[in-house]
Amino acid sequence: MPHLTLLEQALISGILAGGLYGLLALGLSLSWGLLRLVNLGHFAMALLAAYLTWYLGTAFAIAPWWAGVAIVVAFFVYGVALHWVFMRFRVTEMGSMLITFGIAVIVESTIQTIWTADFRRYETALAGASFVVGALYVPMLNLAAFVVAALLAVLTWAWLRFATIGKALRACAEDAPIATAFGINHRALSFLLSGICAAYAGIAGVFIALIATLAPSEIWTWIGVVFAVVIIGRLGNPIGALAGGILIGVCEAMTMAVADPAWAPLVSFSLLIALLLFRPRWI
Amino acid sequence: MRIDLRMQSRRLVFAVLVCLTGLWPDGAVAQQASGKPIRIGQTLSLTGPLGQTGLTHKIVSEIFVEQLNQKGGLLGRPVEYVLLDDQSKADVARTLYERLITSDRVDLILGPYGTGAILASMGVAQRYHKIFIQNTLGIAEQATYEWHFAASLGGAEPQNTLPVKLFEAYGSTAHPPKTIAIVTSKFPSAQYMAQGTREVAKRVGVEPVLYLEYDFGTRDYGAIAARVKDTNADLLWVGALGVEGNQLLEALEKLGYKPPRHFYLYPSSGPLAVLPAADGALSLTSFEDGLPYTANPVSAEFARLFAERAAKAGLPYAHADSQAGNEYAGWQILTAAVTATKSLDDKALAEWLDKNEVETVLGKRDFGGKWHNSRTDYQQLRQVQDGRWVAVWPPEKATPGARLIAP
Repeated sequence: MPHLTLLEQALISGILAGGLYGLLALGLSLSWGLLRLVNLGHFAMALLAAYLTWYLGTAFAIAPWWAGVAIVVAFFVYGVALHWVFMRFRVTEMGSMLITFGIAVIVESTIQTIWTADFRRYETALAGASFVVGALYVPMLNLAAFVVAALLAVLTWAWLRFATIGKALRACAEDAPIATAFGINHRALSFLLSGICAAYAGIAGVFIALIATLAPSEIWTWIGVVFAVVIIGRLGNPIGALAGGILIGVCEAMTMAVADPAWAPLVSFSLLIALLLFRPRWI
Repeated sequence: MRIDLRMQSRRLVFAVLVCLTGLWPDGAVAQQASGKPIRIGQTLSLTGPLGQTGLTHKIVSEIFVEQLNQKGGLLGRPVEYVLLDDQSKADVARTLYERLITSDRVDLILGPYGTGAILASMGVAQRYHKIFIQNTLGIAEQATYEWHFAASLGGAEPQNTLPVKLFEAYGSTAHPPKTIAIVTSKFPSAQYMAQGTREVAKRVGVEPVLYLEYDFGTRDYGAIAARVKDTNADLLWVGALGVEGNQLLEALEKLGYKPPRHFYLYPSSGPLAVLPAADGALSLTSFEDGLPYTANPVSAEFARLFAERAAKAGLPYAHADSQAGNEYAGWQILTAAVTATKSLDDKALAEWLDKNEVETVLGKRDFGGKWHNSRTDYQQLRQVQDGRWVAVWPPEKATPGARLIAP
């Protein structure tokens, strides 16, 4: 029987890992749910942001938050440009998946060409730092990622629910022609949302740089689990993305704590299948 | 015109004097290779999860071929290196070795990097009756092809011999471990070695209090670290590939825990060496950039060139290690057989290697063990001490001045 402290520690670990999953899922969920574009390049852009954060920090001593600001701005512009291409060539949902898969491969090759396939680790003073609460340890950087993920999820949800632009975006996702007939500039809004989604990839990348070890092939290790998070959390639902991330993170961590860690992915995907089969109201 | 002639005469005299004093580099006085190139084919994991180590092997192969051609090639002919990227996938490696043999029509092949790719491509070599020299197979007993030769030093039963060596090393310290926690990747060779370690541990009276397997590519080690901390074993044995060991150590550090003794199976040398939490970590080795490994001029030159090229290629740890040494030894074994037999016939090469030993950067290599592995496990143990790897076991092979540090 595992100790209670072990289970509590695993729970903390799972919740915090879930925050990072949610942060990565946020942009993907929004672009899939509201723009009907499945952006596989989202993972590649997040990893590119991670490499840029690491590179700016190690080569030019630029602090991660300043690097993050520059990355968010640059990625917003990239998101707008990418959407312009999608609009220009009238790319469909399936087409977007294929194109962005190609983007992911190109980004992976580019990262490998510039920084080689070797592992990179961004060593910071906070890398091993934790808050100690009784017998439990809460890693600072993971907690920061979780807080940022939660803030972004809540702010995005509130924006979509209460702001006029957010409501317009949801209206466009429901029925773009009708929304346009009511005077909503669907085109302009979709550019804005695409830019925001790419910027979210940039924010996730900054935290990946601070928490994880970087290698070009890492792009592909996130895809399965983050897709599961997006589907569990419901497309276009920011709070759902975070909740889905936490659910999967906790399931993985508790499996690792009480059983063979190799079963963790099995549990996550079994959960996804079960939820899809029984379809609770939120999916 | 008169001045030019005088200049040329001076250069000629200078060259003769330098050659006579033995200062001229070997390659420059060697006969120029000519004729149709000998093509040697290989795949390496240049992309994918094993890409970082594949790059090390690529650099080594390029150095060796360059040196070889500078020294007059092989059998007087230049050598052309045909390298393909197997993307860290065994099935891709298998297909590419088919291509190398049937379409690219290489004269000889060398095995790829990584157990999965090696086992997949060995089947192709067997089908086409090609000699197959590999340097990183983790499951020695699966290399049953009669023309297979291992360049690495692990012997035929590393799953038994390596743990024995590890427990012997710790047994020599003031407080030998009584319990062991084994955490391993499900990567085939790591899992195989972990199971062997568990059995040997029981045999020598060290109690395995934890045995965990995790998937290759696990992202978050927080919960695994919590279990390791909860167990608090005397020795943590990690069947890690690449930076998995770093990731586990970092997760342990976040929980405020440092294992008293720790071993890592196939780590990325550089990242682990520079991680402060890894101080005292053990791993296995057969070559390092320093004495006693670089005592002979060939090894020293290889280590120097590797450091130069690795730095140029942007590798964070620009020093030759086991991976680099094993690859270089593989090339040395193949070319020694070709030179000795004056032949490219795979059967002749295999028969020669079966009966002979080859001098390599890893030392003299024999193939007297089962399935043409080394007669015994010649590997050494190395330890991270003050941010660098030093050989510590057996004592006679230790880095000068270094010894195993343990509680």
